[in-house]
Amino acid sequence: MTLDALNISIAWPEIFLLSMTCLLLVVDVFLKQSQRNASYLIAQFSLIGSLVLIWMNMSGQRAEAFNGTFVVDPLADILKIFICAVVALVFVYSRDYLKDRNIFKGEFYVLGLFGVLGMMLMVSSNHMLTLYLGLELLSLSMYAMVAFNRESGTSAEAAMKYFILGAIASGMLLYGISIVYGITGSMNITDIASSLIKQTEMNIGLIFGLVFLIVGLSFKLGAVPFHMWVPDVYHGAPTTVTSYIASAPKIAGFAIIIRVLVEAMGSLHNEWQGMLIILAVLSLAVGNIIAIAQTNLKRMLAYSTISHVGFILLGLLAGTKAGYSSAMFYILVYSLMTLGGFGIILLLARAGFESEELSDLKGLNQRSPWFAFMMLIFMFSMAGVPPTVGFWAKLSVLSAVIEIDMLWLALVGVFFSIIGVYYYLRVIKLMYFDEPIETAAIDNTPGMQIALSFNGLIILLLGVYPGALMALCFSVFAV
Amino acid sequence: MFADWPLLSLLVWTPILGGLVVLLAGDHGGAQGAKRLALIFSTATFILSLSLFTGFDNSTSAMQFVEFYPWVSSFSINYHFGVDGISMPLIILTAFITVIVVIAGWDVIKTKPSQYMAAFLIMEGLMIAVFSALDAIFFYVFWEGMLIPMFIIIGVWGGPNRVYATIKFFIYTFIGSVFMLIAMIYMYYQSGSFSILEMHNLKLSMDEQFWIFLAFLMAFAVKVPMWPVHTWLPDAHVEAPTGGSVILAAIMLKIGGYGFIRFSLPITPDASHMLDWLVILMSLTAVVYIGFVALVQNDMKKLVAYSSISHMGFVTLGLFIVFMIWENPANSNLTGAVLAVEGAMIQMVSHGFISAAMFLAIGVLYDRMHSRNISDYGGVVNTMPVFTAFAVFFAMANVGLPGTSGFVGEFMVILAAFKANFWFAFLAALTLIIGAAYTLWMVKRVYFGDVANENVAKLNDLNAREVLIMSLLAIAVLILGLWPAPLIDVMHASVNNLLHHIAVSKL
Repeated sequence: MTLDALNISIAWPEIFLLSMTCLLLVVDVFLKQSQRNASYLIAQFSLIGSLVLIWMNMSGQRAEAFNGTFVVDPLADILKIFICAVVALVFVYSRDYLKDRNIFKGEFYVLGLFGVLGMMLMVSSNHMLTLYLGLELLSLSMYAMVAFNRESGTSAEAAMKYFILGAIASGMLLYGISIVYGITGSMNITDIASSLIKQTEMNIGLIFGLVFLIVGLSFKLGAVPFHMWVPDVYHGAPTTVTSYIASAPKIAGFAIIIRVLVEAMGSLHNEWQGMLIILAVLSLAVGNIIAIAQTNLKRMLAYSTISHVGFILLGLLAGTKAGYSSAMFYILVYSLMTLGGFGIILLLARAGFESEELSDLKGLNQRSPWFAFMMLIFMFSMAGVPPTVGFWAKLSVLSAVIEIDMLWLALVGVFFSIIGVYYYLRVIKLMYFDEPIETAAIDNTPGMQIALSFNGLIILLLGVYPGALMALCFSVFAV
Repeated sequence: MFADWPLLSLLVWTPILGGLVVLLAGDHGGAQGAKRLALIFSTATFILSLSLFTGFDNSTSAMQFVEFYPWVSSFSINYHFGVDGISMPLIILTAFITVIVVIAGWDVIKTKPSQYMAAFLIMEGLMIAVFSALDAIFFYVFWEGMLIPMFIIIGVWGGPNRVYATIKFFIYTFIGSVFMLIAMIYMYYQSGSFSILEMHNLKLSMDEQFWIFLAFLMAFAVKVPMWPVHTWLPDAHVEAPTGGSVILAAIMLKIGGYGFIRFSLPITPDASHMLDWLVILMSLTAVVYIGFVALVQNDMKKLVAYSSISHMGFVTLGLFIVFMIWENPANSNLTGAVLAVEGAMIQMVSHGFISAAMFLAIGVLYDRMHSRNISDYGGVVNTMPVFTAFAVFFAMANVGLPGTSGFVGEFMVILAAFKANFWFAFLAALTLIIGAAYTLWMVKRVYFGDVANENVAKLNDLNAREVLIMSLLAIAVLILGLWPAPLIDVMHASVNNLLHHIAVSKL
């Protein structure tokens, strides 16, 4: 087989990223600690380089490579661009935090970049094995990143928990893949889809396979009742790693749900719709209600993530073009707002002080009116209050659900988001209405402050003008 | 002179951008710069809003000063502004009251004055947008966005129990409005558009109308607020700073009444007809029962807050009594119904002035004594004669003395109620007695009699700034009371059109 048949050129962004990561791995060994900034710059260069490559290779067409195991389509392009951009922001936010804790090491960036590579593979997978390969590359990087702060007992505990539960989930997923393979005779997503369309009778084995697949995916996404790892890992991991885990991998998780449930098993929509309804309602309920009881900001954001996952599942289960695009809009918006939320924690953290308790936010408006305002935007956006973009995300999901005549599900959604409003408001109350306990000045590097402000203003600007991103999300689904 | 400008956009964005400028000006040098900027922006907005009045065509019920641009194409949501005779007076009221609030907070607000002024300016823009938005989601964005500055105002500059009050305020309003959002999305899938005017003409079955009406009722009843969902208001009023109370009472409550006129009545006329007894029951309960509740308050602000609920009962009564007027065979034409709706509208505008004045009067006392308890006062007239003159005048307006604006609206609504049912009119008219009782009793205890204690003896009378705001409001109350014709002329065509519209069943 010639190189042309492999159609390798559409994978240039991934190839570039892999080469750069390997280069970083080598270069980092020869750097002194005082030169560690070079690793950071190489990592950022790799991300921006692959972002540019993706941008330049965007054709708006679907193309396959490596014998149909790898696919590039508009969906993949947009999700990959967001993944690279979000991780680049995570790296910007992380630098001060890592330096303050003496864990400013090259491995953080190497693992982070391998994770990005895994995510890009997941997004571009057209074959169950590619998908699994990407997922494991991401997961293994994340296990190591959670335990990255060797001194910390909670980090180690979180990593252990994450590893064991993640391994179980991977096992479930693999088992589901093998059942589907047994029935359809293929692991290629396009082939599975065409084989399933021919199945007219209900196949109990197939439903079994579907259940295992959904369980595996729900574990990775953190939907209730497979959410147990989320709060502990978010809490235990260094905040930089939490911001990484909470943002970009969710985009990739969304992508594999689209690949598996919609593209491969779209004809089983009636079957998986019911399962997703249960997952979505439970996630909305558990996420929003338990978040109220949290005193730790990272745990609160973890439960808030669970509730957002519920909303994303609401969009997905609609099974229409509007539903998929609303879920995609939601996940992109979610990754930006959650990144901002963790960005504020990273901003306030300094050597010897994590600033991860809710009470640490007290009186932020007096210490820094600007960043209190940014956090206000993030919180109102998560609560879904206009004019922030979170409102549009909720609006599009709700309208997708109402469009398929599932009014009751929309009512459940808004009911729990009312409960959710309370704990977001509490954060604003702490920042604006209470007197500060902490009085230390905010002395982060200007780069981080600018990036965080940019992040907040994006949320606001997208809220004022959501049309373009919505139309973009709408355009990538062919259904 | 501004006729061909995008006037409504200017009215919305001048204060919002002005608020951002004021924020940037910061609190340096006692925030003099920020305060002056706030005054300039709010006055400019008010002057601009007057050109809505001069450029307004009274003869048509069509939307005027319309601006239309596509905004979110995926959902065909448009940037769609326009005003008719119902929204226009409320916009001018908003611009006027904001100027008053800015002046009223001038020396009083010591913590972060620039943020205080900015919050009010931004809220002014959002409220004007609510009154002029003609696209349901566009409306909703401002309706909810408005909560954010108010949440901050009560929470930052409020009294000791402010956190409870402001979170209660936010969540109450939020609960009401999300169901309205669901109703709007539902109608979008029926009509293919979020345009409010198209929703007016959308055919809906009785079942659909029933649920949509209830969703709207939840949103607007909380905002008005109607009994039994009024409990957030006394808390919010008591804890809010004076300016916050003024905006809450004068404008925010009106947005609920405006919502009934713009959404509930024209979109779900049949359900409104079917459930009018419910709204009338809630209104009359507010008028009578809440009036008695006001009677027993020890806190002046709480008293005025309950009085607001009671007066807003007239608004909802006037709006929903129209169906009963029609059912009465003695009324073949629209006259009675027109009287009711116009009375409700005048009551809204008038209550905007009077409640603002009442809260400002309490603010004047509170700034000097730091107490709102009626029992801490007595004989204020001896030390503050000028202020007492104003306060008694506004109290009389609150009671509904002929010659003040308070009389016109209430009288029209009672008159219209007579055409529907004698007992409704009787119950509504009771307010003239109860209202007089609680207001004048408070006046007696606070202002008249001997000087109660040495704190009262040390009071200083109004300064020039306070005289200015009090006189502006007094003039407004008098003009509207003696010569309401211009206001009625402005809204007449729109009210007629509304009534013709809801007289036709959608089934």
